Amino acid sequence: MNDKPLYEALSAEDTARLLREIGPERSREMLQTMMLIRAFEERAQELFSLGRVHGTMHLSIGQEASAVGANFALTNHDYLLNTHRGHGHVLAWGSEVDLMMAEFLGREAGYCRGRGGSMHIADVSRNNLGANGIVGGGIPISVGVGLSIKSRKTDQVCLSVFGDGAANEGAFHESLNMASIWDLPIIYLCENNQYAMSMAVSHAFNIERISQRACAYNIVGVTIDGNDPLAVYQAVGEAKARAQAGNGPTLIEAITYRWKGHSKSDREAYRTRDEVKEWQQRDPIPHFARTLGLSQEEVAAMQAEVVSRIDAAVAFAEASPEPELSTILEGVYA
Amino acid sequence: MRELTYAEALREALRQKMVADERIFLIGEDIGVYGGAFAVTAGLFKEFGAERVIDTPISEAAIAGACIGAALTGMLPVGEIQFMDFVTLSMEQLVLQAAKIRFMFGGKATVPMVLRMPGGSGTGAAAQHSESLENWFVHVPGLKVVMPSSPYDAKGLLISAIEDENPVIFVEHKLLYRTKGHVPEEMYRVPLSQANVVREGRDLTVVATSIMVSRALEAAERLAQEGIELEIIDPRTLNPLDEKPIVESVIKTGKALVVHEAVKTGGFGGELVSRIVESEAFDYLDAPVRRLAGLDIPIPYNRNLEYHAVPQIENIVEEARKLHQGAY
Repeated sequence: MNDKPLYEALSAEDTARLLREIGPERSREMLQTMMLIRAFEERAQELFSLGRVHGTMHLSIGQEASAVGANFALTNHDYLLNTHRGHGHVLAWGSEVDLMMAEFLGREAGYCRGRGGSMHIADVSRNNLGANGIVGGGIPISVGVGLSIKSRKTDQVCLSVFGDGAANEGAFHESLNMASIWDLPIIYLCENNQYAMSMAVSHAFNIERISQRACAYNIVGVTIDGNDPLAVYQAVGEAKARAQAGNGPTLIEAITYRWKGHSKSDREAYRTRDEVKEWQQRDPIPHFARTLGLSQEEVAAMQAEVVSRIDAAVAFAEASPEPELSTILEGVYA
Repeated sequence: MRELTYAEALREALRQKMVADERIFLIGEDIGVYGGAFAVTAGLFKEFGAERVIDTPISEAAIAGACIGAALTGMLPVGEIQFMDFVTLSMEQLVLQAAKIRFMFGGKATVPMVLRMPGGSGTGAAAQHSESLENWFVHVPGLKVVMPSSPYDAKGLLISAIEDENPVIFVEHKLLYRTKGHVPEEMYRVPLSQANVVREGRDLTVVATSIMVSRALEAAERLAQEGIELEIIDPRTLNPLDEKPIVESVIKTGKALVVHEAVKTGGFGGELVSRIVESEAFDYLDAPVRRLAGLDIPIPYNRNLEYHAVPQIENIVEEARKLHQGAY
């Protein structure tokens, strides 16, 4: 980590104001969604080690605050373009954990009828336009969503989520430039979790903050604490207002950390255990529980509820049939 | 009979559809005031304005992505890639996004977009502005690939492509833009995945795409004077392919020649030959199925070299004659 802070943490006053704005019920819901994401992914990992999962997965454990803060600032009327490390955003968007788990286990009842898996969960009926297996693959698509919103003259916005690695793809540049010249209502959320697979941000960029790239497009760029859901909520809310006022896209860099390896094949030779432990001290979940002033009992009750939802989701998924082989050709063409 | 050029026919299709459906917009490089590098969109900017005829920076990946995102959210985009060669810069979006989204999302999303692009050589533009890359897209399930060979088909196929719910790669040919042909004024459709028997003949089946259709027709006229009658079939849509008329024709003639401009190795001709020999037509073949295609080289600049890099009328005449006479 840098000596100089990359962002300014929210002040106590801002935190209090945001909590008032969001209200106690919804802020608890934010915390519980963070817990749900954590529980979903921990269970996903467990199912994987039990050999009940066919493919790989990309866990966002440690990054839950970013997904929750961003999605709670939006509604299902808006659009989401998600990353391969996207379980958190799907859950925070309000999609069904049962259908997600069924997809994760490759079942017909899953969001993508078992054709997509962990990396491609979409819930198109709720304007979740899907997670993406290609780094930066969703960013050019955001331009079209933005154009569509502008053309249909609605007040929607598009949240385009990607990681630090995607900011070095050419598609990032082409798309942010287009979004800027046409003032498209897009919120670019770069979740900087410090590594593009094994490539450290400090080696992959010659700038301090990825958000500095915003100046190349003459758009607003901010770097925030991605482990504080309120900071993310505030930044995304401001970006939404900016977009709806016709002032175009915003680039938000949320500083966070991926606790787990890139995927199941990662032996994590590129970082130290101490570094991981240091970030684990900054676990966004207990931190936000403290911010909300919840008692241990309250948190435990919320956790129990989350675990029972995950249990039910696994039961639902495992009871769902696998896709029929006779349907293998379906869905290629409309 | 009303005649239009191929470019005018395409423009008329775009115009008529844009008048009829507000969800349609055009997006690409220099398609606005400039009217497109080959003037296909000339005048449309003036008629429909900057919001529906969108000039972009030189960003082919983002053009493709813009089409996908708009298509996913209720619009009907028609993108233009200035030269087919430049679609190499859009490949990720087309191959991994546009083509896969529907299947990958369990059939719950549609991507109704068209991406137009001119392919082909003959303009002296050399290796990076003359490619015929259609078979790259044929190899990708989820994409449809259309190649009109006449002004009539250009209009009717483009209207069908815009109305189709799938991503359609619409490959035009630079040398065809100025060719004239009959084009009715009304909005008509040439269905996708419907091959066209362009000329009937008893002796030999020629399956040709894009500009090779008119070259094959000219070759057929010359061979007719020698008493050799070619049957010419234009698949029009390369994928999904309407293979039945091709198989039926080969059953009738017993001989088949496949002609395209793209380089032979890995070209669409290989697929056509396979479809023929895998079908019941195999038992009726009197000779090997032959391919006449571009040489396995980049398109050269020099006029004479360029001319000889791809099949010309005389090559088709010669090859068809040899095949007819039992040279193989």
